[in-house]
Amino acid sequence: MQSFTGVGVSPGRIVGSVRQMPKAVSEPPAGELLASSITAEDAAVALRAAAKAVQTELKERSVTATGAGKSVLEATALMAADPMLIKGAVKLITNNGTSAERAIWESAASVAEILHNLGGYMAERSTDVLDVRSRIVAELRGVPAPGIPASDTPFILVADDLAPADTATLNPAIVLALVTSGGGPQSHTAIIARALGLPAVVAAVGVDAITDGTEIYVDGAAGSVTVDPDADQVAAAAAWATTALTLAVFDGNGVTADGHLVPLLANVGGAKDAVKAAAANAQGVGLLRTEFCFLDRDEEPTHEEQITAYRGVFDAFPGKKVVVRTLDAGADKPLPFLTDASEPNPALGVRGYRTDFTSPGVLKRQLAAIAAAAEGTEADVWVMAPMISTADEAGDFAAMCAEAGLTNPGVMVEVPSAALTAETILGKVNFASLGTNDLTQYAMAADRQLGPLAALNTPWQPAVLRLIQLTVAGSLAEGNQKPVGVCGEAAADPALAVVLVGLGVNTLSMTARALSAVGAVLNTVTLAEAQRLATIALAAPNALEARAQVRAELPVLDELGL
Amino acid sequence: MSERTATIASRVGLHARPAAIFAGAVGALDLEVTIGLEGDPIDDAMDASSILSLMSLGAGHGQVVVLRAEGAGADEALESLVAILETDHDAAE
Repeated sequence: MQSFTGVGVSPGRIVGSVRQMPKAVSEPPAGELLASSITAEDAAVALRAAAKAVQTELKERSVTATGAGKSVLEATALMAADPMLIKGAVKLITNNGTSAERAIWESAASVAEILHNLGGYMAERSTDVLDVRSRIVAELRGVPAPGIPASDTPFILVADDLAPADTATLNPAIVLALVTSGGGPQSHTAIIARALGLPAVVAAVGVDAITDGTEIYVDGAAGSVTVDPDADQVAAAAAWATTALTLAVFDGNGVTADGHLVPLLANVGGAKDAVKAAAANAQGVGLLRTEFCFLDRDEEPTHEEQITAYRGVFDAFPGKKVVVRTLDAGADKPLPFLTDASEPNPALGVRGYRTDFTSPGVLKRQLAAIAAAAEGTEADVWVMAPMISTADEAGDFAAMCAEAGLTNPGVMVEVPSAALTAETILGKVNFASLGTNDLTQYAMAADRQLGPLAALNTPWQPAVLRLIQLTVAGSLAEGNQKPVGVCGEAAADPALAVVLVGLGVNTLSMTARALSAVGAVLNTVTLAEAQRLATIALAAPNALEARAQVRAELPVLDELGL
Repeated sequence: MSERTATIASRVGLHARPAAIFAGAVGALDLEVTIGLEGDPIDDAMDASSILSLMSLGAGHGQVVVLRAEGAGADEALESLVAILETDHDAAE
């Protein structure tokens, strides 16, 4: 029985058959010529046929797709057999004897460059042209098209890593679980899996060799993948199906066994998410990502557009806390009107609150819109800035909030300097919220997206836990009992959630899917036990040991299959 | 050769959606239609049935473009195409 070990990033036990995500299409070598057996006319005919086939397939998929995915598919279908694209390629074939694959590659590259140079909206469409190009080359080579395979029967998707764009075509009714050979605990695959409630294992080296149709068992808590599962594993998967049902509901009251209250809040990205989170009994919103309002746009949304977008979220939580994070652009979330995509080191660049240094005004207008949206709603609106590094920045942000009429300013603690100086920072604002994904990447100097660094990139790292402890200590030293919450992926891990509570964190905010599991586990421990587990985790020599030692003290995790 | 000018009415310019509508209309004709920015040399005019050509033209709101076609029915055809460009398709939503 062959098995693979990776990092479990989303719990669940499941048995299913494998579909490999086709590899990205490689570039045909520069200067590749037509094979001597093929005439230029035949190559042109083959190219037109391939383009037509890609167009037909995209058109068919657009019929069943919904939302943003549908319009992207419709637009790319139009581009696939576009005369400008094809004529440019045919010219290369006829005049230079270039191979069909290389010809379409170059023709699409020059079209994409023209669009890119136009900037703004057109620049964003250049990636669609490159996607169409990959599909046409795959068709010419007779290999599967890139992207998530289209299928009517459920399967376990095995890939190198998923990109945010893959979410549009990922159907959670068909994809049973995600397994990747690359990526880390904070990768897009992990975030997508948690949001969709799909069991997932990342950084499982070797899984790319499993052939399509092979039956495998995936344990998203243990991080294991087994080929040809035995009877015990099939039974475990069946048992999980039952557990998943009982774990589906959170009663809306985050509390330890001895009655210590820990409000469990939701991370949301818009009104639709907020309505879902409210239905899942979230006790408020601990992180409203406002990027949704700004992404896919070439200019800043208007005051009115912003008000409508924020009010949709506030209205879902009358009488409850909603923490709004101001625009967090840059690094993996570039915005054409705000961030510079050519920075050599975007994660350390002008991102988050720092965009106010280079594009002043956007943040001020956003705060005004948040204040206007808060007026007349029953939500308790808090506002926080991402990527704060110093107490001065915190003070400046608090002053901007006051000017806008927002009375509850706070900061994200995701830069280690903010954790280390939490006392002075909290002297300037009313609360802190730990963004553990970025805090981990900066504390460990390890890029979130890199598979080989997955072991470094986990919030179980004792150094990260220490920074969280320091932030809580900073709040205590400040003396006004200013709340410290966690709104990173760490809060969604039921075992780590217990440790965070033991470290003195006041609230936990997570994807709505995780509320029930975290609530159920929290319910079984007392505050004193949580504190003891926090001490164990802090003293562990490494992240693996910290996790293993804490989990060993929480047998309820195994009972629930978490 | 028939020639007509049109002023782009779409607020964000001749981008994907208006370009798709226009390219579709040109494709349905039995004529070769070209499009260019007003003042550009006639040799720079592009195939109006190509959505990518239309997008790469980069014609913004209020800019004037020149449509050209030759053959039977060219005048009537260009007249109908001008009407499409001078409609704000973004206002429909």
